[in-house]
This record gives sequence, structure tokens and C-alpha cells, in this order.
Amino acid sequence: MENYYLFKIILVVALFVVSLVVAMYSTFAERKISALMQDRLGPNRAGPFGLLQPLADGIKMFMKEEIIPNVSNKTLFILGPCLAMTTALMAGVLIPWGGKVEFMGKPYDLQVTDLNIGVLYIFGVTSLGVYGIMIGGWASNNKYSLMGAIRASAQMISYEIAMGLAIIALIMSTGTMSLGEIAAQQDAGLANIVYQPLGFLIFLICAFAELNRAPFDMPESESELIGGYHTEYSSMKLGLFLFAEYINMFISSAVIVTFYFGGYNFPFQNEINEALGLSTNMATALGTLVMFGKIFFFIFFFMWIRWTLPRFRYDQLMRLGWKSLIPLAILNILITGVVMWMNGKLN
Amino acid sequence: METPISYVPILIQLAVALGFVVTTIIATHFLGPKRKTKKKLDPFECGIESSGNARVPYSVRYFLTAILFVLFDVEVIFMYPWAVNFKALGLTGLLEMFLFIGLLLLGFFYVIKKGALKWEDNN
Repeated sequence: MENYYLFKIILVVALFVVSLVVAMYSTFAERKISALMQDRLGPNRAGPFGLLQPLADGIKMFMKEEIIPNVSNKTLFILGPCLAMTTALMAGVLIPWGGKVEFMGKPYDLQVTDLNIGVLYIFGVTSLGVYGIMIGGWASNNKYSLMGAIRASAQMISYEIAMGLAIIALIMSTGTMSLGEIAAQQDAGLANIVYQPLGFLIFLICAFAELNRAPFDMPESESELIGGYHTEYSSMKLGLFLFAEYINMFISSAVIVTFYFGGYNFPFQNEINEALGLSTNMATALGTLVMFGKIFFFIFFFMWIRWTLPRFRYDQLMRLGWKSLIPLAILNILITGVVMWMNGKLN
Repeated sequence: METPISYVPILIQLAVALGFVVTTIIATHFLGPKRKTKKKLDPFECGIESSGNARVPYSVRYFLTAILFVLFDVEVIFMYPWAVNFKALGLTGLLEMFLFIGLLLLGFFYVIKKGALKWEDNN
């Protein structure tokens, strides 16, 4: 039992460090990719190829003066970014990062914990993220922040419905809400994307809206709202908001990969592992590596879209969410149900 | 294989997350310079004098969206237990859910017809 807790604590700390490092280098990647797409060089001064830039940014954030506007609600002003960051860090708990790991002679899943309400947990924790933005934006007592905050909350709750409906179709075909099982099911057969192409598309679009990423970045559209909900924030409180955004992007990519792209599984994995003669731990490490490859592709995809598409207008965003995605997601549920019935998958 | 112990790692994660956040907030409080002036602490408004405060009324559409979200999200959550047991419930379950979705769509259609989701100006 002590080994169990030791393993879990190691895993939690490792996950925390990996999340932070991925988030840090996502900011760097974002600047490099935007530079590439705009025919610029991007950051290249700090260290070789500018690789130390995220560290320099981090230190700068820590050393900046902390400003709390005198008309703001101080407690809520501080609570906002804390909540955003905490919920971002809490969402990664259920992601299965790999298969079995042998630790002190006992097999464990490379997953912090596996709950049979997994999907609901992720859904719930990510929904709490909206409170961070709303509280922070409202407590600033600044008109731009307020506008950004209410836009963000209306947008996030609207797209949550379509996202929930898209996941229902996925659960119908997998028959479980545990992320560990969803990933394990895609081991032998095809990845879920084959059964749920429409569901995946809806989920992906909703993920963009939930993350407040372009083309749905109205909450912080810099050309009209200065910085949106974090206009008044400075020093590491701003840093926490930005960091939370990138951690959410990382976790969303991991969730997409787990739900629709087989997670840590890859084609012919058993044959390859056997051919290479890998031990359990090495095979799991290979799977985890593949999973991170998929995740990085999706992080790249998020950035690619951001620097390619212009911003939506707010009424267009709401129309897309309510009048297109929700009916489409319901249609997807009906199609899934009928197809499964016709294929004799029901009792 | 879920036991109450499965929830313990979540508490460990919560401790790590809270520890990081609290440390960061306290550290920045002591690390940064403190040169506060009246102008610096005013809310930012494009560099002009700020007028009034931000506790102002805003469009009722946001409230409508929030209320509709509560209604629809509850119905979505209703569908989760059904989805998990979908294969076991068989054709009867499928048809019953079609009825439920039909009623849901009826309400959805009403909401759209009433113009509750209309964000664009019509003049």
C-alpha cells in the first residue's frame, strides 16, 4: 500500500512538472510558429535558438510589480487566477498516459487515477475554469475586463452543451465513462475517430471555444478589449492566467487523443514491441512517447488555426454554437444509436 | 476496479496544485518592486481618465444564455447514465431516448422561434 501511494505521488509530481514544461514551451512554440507563418524570426536571443526565452519570461513575470487596482474587490481579484490555475492542473489527473508500469515488482497503470465517472469529472473540472475568468474579470472593476468576462462565460457555457452531447455519442459506442477503459478499448480495434468522425469534429470545435482560442478569442480580443478579462492583471497573476490557458490546451489535446485517437496505442504495437523485444516498462515508455507525439500535433494544430483564421463575430459564434453544433450533436447521437442498432450491437 | 482509494490521488493532485498556486502568489508579493501611485492603481481605460465604475448593466441576452444553459445542461447530464447503459437497454431504451430527444428539440425549437438566441440586430 505504501508503494501505491509512493507511485501515485511520483506520478502526480511528474505530471505537474511535465504540464508546466509543456505549457512553458507552448508559449515559445506559439511565438515561433506565428513567426514562421508571418515570415519573421521569432524569439532567438535568449540561449541557442531562443530556447531559454520561456525561462526569461517566467523570471520576468515573478519580478514584476504586483498591481491591484484600488477599486477592485481584492480577495476575488486574487482568487480569480488562482482558481483558473488550480482547475487547469486538476483536469489532467484522469488521462491515461501509457499502459502498465512495473514499479517495485508490482504493475500499475500509468495514470494518476481511474474513476468510472472519469468523463463527468473532466467535464466538471473544466467547467469550473469559467469561474476563474468570470471572478477575475468582474473583480477587476474595469469595463474591458467585465466585457471580456461575460463574453467568456456566455461562450464557454454555450459550447459546453454541444461538447457534452458530442461525448454522449462517444460513450454510447464505448459503453464506459472511465478514460482508462476508453483508451484500452482502442488497443486492438480501430481508434474511435473511425466510429465518431462527426462527434470528433464537434468536440474539436467546442475545444477551441472552451479554450478561448482563435478563431473564438472574443473574451480577450486585443484590438477591442485591450486584454479582455486580464486587462488589470500584472506579474505572476497574469502569468497564472496565461499558464492556465496553455495547460488547458495541453490537457484538451490529451483528452482529444485519448477519446478519439487511441491514446497511447499505435498501429501494430504488439508486433513492434515483440520485434524489438521490449520489456513492459520500455513498451509503455514507447506508447507514452507516441501519445506525446499525438498531443504535440494537436497543440500545433491549435496554433496553426490561431494564426490562420480570423476572429468570428460574437453573433456568429453564438449562432454556430447553438443553431449548428447542438442540432448536429443531437443528430450524431441519433445516427450513432440507429447504426449500432442496425449492426446488432444492442441487446 | 474503483474503490474509495481511487479518489486519494485526486487529493494529492489538489495539494500539489494549491501548493504551487499559493507559493507563486506569495512569492510574487515579496519579489516585485512596490512603487504604487494613485494613477497606477486606477482602472485602465485607454490612458484617459476613467469615468464611473464597471458595475454597469449589460445585455439581457447573456442572462438568457445562462438560463438556457442550465436547462439544456441538466438534460445533457440526464443522458449520461443512459449512454453508459445504452447497449444493455436495447431497442426500447433507444426509442425512449428518441422520445426524450424529441421533447428536448421541441423546447429548443420554441426557444429559437422566440428569438432568445438572436444576437444580431434585426434593423
